[in-house]
Amino acid sequence: MKIHEYQAKELLKRFDVPTLFGRVVFTPEEAGKIAYEDFVVKGIDTIVLKTQVHAGGRGKGYIFDKESNIKIELFGKEVRGVNIIKGDNLADKVYQYSKAILGNKLVTIQTGQAGTIVRRILLEEGVSIAKEYYAGIVLDRQTGQNVVMASTEGGVEIEKVAEETPHLILKEYINPFPGFREYQARKLAFGLGLYGEPYKHFVRFIINLVKAYEELDCSLLEINPLVLTTDGRILALDAKMNFDDNALFRHPEYTELRDIEEESPLEVEASKYDLNYIKLDGNVGCMVNGAGLAMATMDLIQLSGGSPANFLDVGGGANVQRIANAFRIMMSDPNVEAVLINIFGGIVRCDKVADGIIEALKTVEVKVPIIVRLDGTNAEEAAKTLKNSGIKFKVATTFSEAARMVTEVVKQK
Amino acid sequence: MSILVNRKTRVLVQGITGSEGTFHTAQMIEYGTKVVAGVTPGKGGINYEGKENIKFKKPVPVFNTVEEAVRETKAKASVIFVPPNLAADAILESIDAGIELIVCISEGIPTRDMITVYEALKRSKSRLIGPNCPGIITPGECKIGIMPGFIHRPGTIGVVSRSGTLTYEAVKQLTDLGLGQSTCIGIGGDPIIGSQFIDIIELFNMDRGTEAILMIGEIGGNAEETAAEYIKKYVKKPVIGFIAGRTAPPGRRMGHAGAIISGGKGTAEDKIKALKDAGIYVVDSPADIGLKVMEVILKMPKKRGPKPGSARRKSKLKKNPKEIIKEIEDSIKK
Repeated sequence: MKIHEYQAKELLKRFDVPTLFGRVVFTPEEAGKIAYEDFVVKGIDTIVLKTQVHAGGRGKGYIFDKESNIKIELFGKEVRGVNIIKGDNLADKVYQYSKAILGNKLVTIQTGQAGTIVRRILLEEGVSIAKEYYAGIVLDRQTGQNVVMASTEGGVEIEKVAEETPHLILKEYINPFPGFREYQARKLAFGLGLYGEPYKHFVRFIINLVKAYEELDCSLLEINPLVLTTDGRILALDAKMNFDDNALFRHPEYTELRDIEEESPLEVEASKYDLNYIKLDGNVGCMVNGAGLAMATMDLIQLSGGSPANFLDVGGGANVQRIANAFRIMMSDPNVEAVLINIFGGIVRCDKVADGIIEALKTVEVKVPIIVRLDGTNAEEAAKTLKNSGIKFKVATTFSEAARMVTEVVKQK
Repeated sequence: MSILVNRKTRVLVQGITGSEGTFHTAQMIEYGTKVVAGVTPGKGGINYEGKENIKFKKPVPVFNTVEEAVRETKAKASVIFVPPNLAADAILESIDAGIELIVCISEGIPTRDMITVYEALKRSKSRLIGPNCPGIITPGECKIGIMPGFIHRPGTIGVVSRSGTLTYEAVKQLTDLGLGQSTCIGIGGDPIIGSQFIDIIELFNMDRGTEAILMIGEIGGNAEETAAEYIKKYVKKPVIGFIAGRTAPPGRRMGHAGAIISGGKGTAEDKIKALKDAGIYVVDSPADIGLKVMEVILKMPKKRGPKPGSARRKSKLKKNPKEIIKEIEDSIKK
């Protein structure tokens, strides 16, 4: 599960990880008001406007008009995903910028040309930066341990650093017994060349960061950049926090942090029915039981000349209701020109699944060709049921037969 | 021959009285697995026979703790059917009781819990398969898990996979072509799993009853790459590989908690390349897995090849396998 930067910073504050003063806003009016009351009145002369979307690369992204797709300019400058505003009439400028940004779309390397609509902005006080660093914590699958990383190469994509200059990323593994220790934080601090007060602040910062990561059940926590200010403070200038989906049951409060507007509407709909659905750009929809088989089915669609429109795992108990919901969601995607159902009946019986498909089609209208492949327990009865149903299925028994049928259907288009 | 489990394996079921536990215990007993005990805290002392519509062939004694069950029944393997919030505890209990082989079916265990389990595992003699896996089966002898038994057939292909239904698909393709399996193992789709490809492939490599190895991987992590390195250096038996997820978009979790391309790492392309570089026969289409294995088997020299029983000698390792695994892991980390 992903959350916004401002939400991550709120959580980090609870663990005494230092961040800047900031407020989130949802409308231009609110932005102007808060900029005046909480910033200008307090003597803050620089406000940073940071768009809050789940995609990365915001600093290098630009704002485009939602309708006309034209790059938006303000005061003779292009409006970016992150804007530093200073000088006179600060609150008014913040209002103007927020008006230009909110409701329009941000295009970054990660969003692609389609971009993503901005609905929230974080207003943050400006700060004078002496140096930018990187700090991150992530699971290392190989060792089965979390690893704390730090680098002098802050503010740039860490993947790029890892690729080009891996020796500049310092790593400390966290052995669960005895846990992350202070000496490890010291090693990182010295490795970054810190000394004096900043060194002490950094050690504290990292220890608290690890504590936050573990207690919050994060799957990723990245501070990029982590900055040393000219007055010697260590701060989290940005924060990216993902949670381990498997641990959400331990944190019921996280439901409030979920921003469904950042998710694909079809995926949100699917999650209501406990269906594992991911929307893709292709033309052949697929409905499969099991994640591995679902991925393999997507691959098979591509090898057969089509392109998968989705990932959809209906799970083990493929009953009528589930199948009907799955059909409905899959068919809401206008790009779908054909559907491939691939169910391997192990514990579930194929004839039951076949009944489920026929029942489901009484409630959902599907106008595109449907290829059904049911293999495993009672596959033959299932094939008979499908053929006698009066619905024009293309029935395959093997995976390769299904592949051929996909090719045929795609060619006719 | 087979690896890890056979008809003598004495199995206990953790969470036997739950609905999943009951259903699959019945199926396992039906298949011929020696289920000697069940554990459900608070229900110790009963002889469990199943539920209204699911009756066991023979009753299974239930104990309050794994330790007690082991002491009374000499169980050597355990299989876990408990909810994910209790599963890590169940694994730790089995480790503590000295169970040799732990199979955890439960899906959805938090990573933080698995980090603890993984460390405890390293300090023990237990081996864990899973979590989030279908389990292990030696066809005709012993099934510990949730896979449909009837698609399997005894033979000489060792199967190891991160998936569930995709494994069934592959196994059925093999069986339909008359290719039986020595042992099939689903190692699980989570980021932290007890046994990696490399651990299982090492065992298949030493097993006299395994002629060829089928490895089914997927996007995410680099377990396939590590295995490929190992295979290149130490495995003389033919290995056939398939990687699922060529069409998976980056940054999205494809059902399995561990199936995600993150930061450009863990793509199918990288894995396929690593496999090919290691001399593994890579299948492009998931529909052709069985055919590819057949093709490789037919190409194997019949008489001049390794005689039955020589596989172990041939692949005898100069170093301790654990050291080799560590060596490879270190080289990858660098």
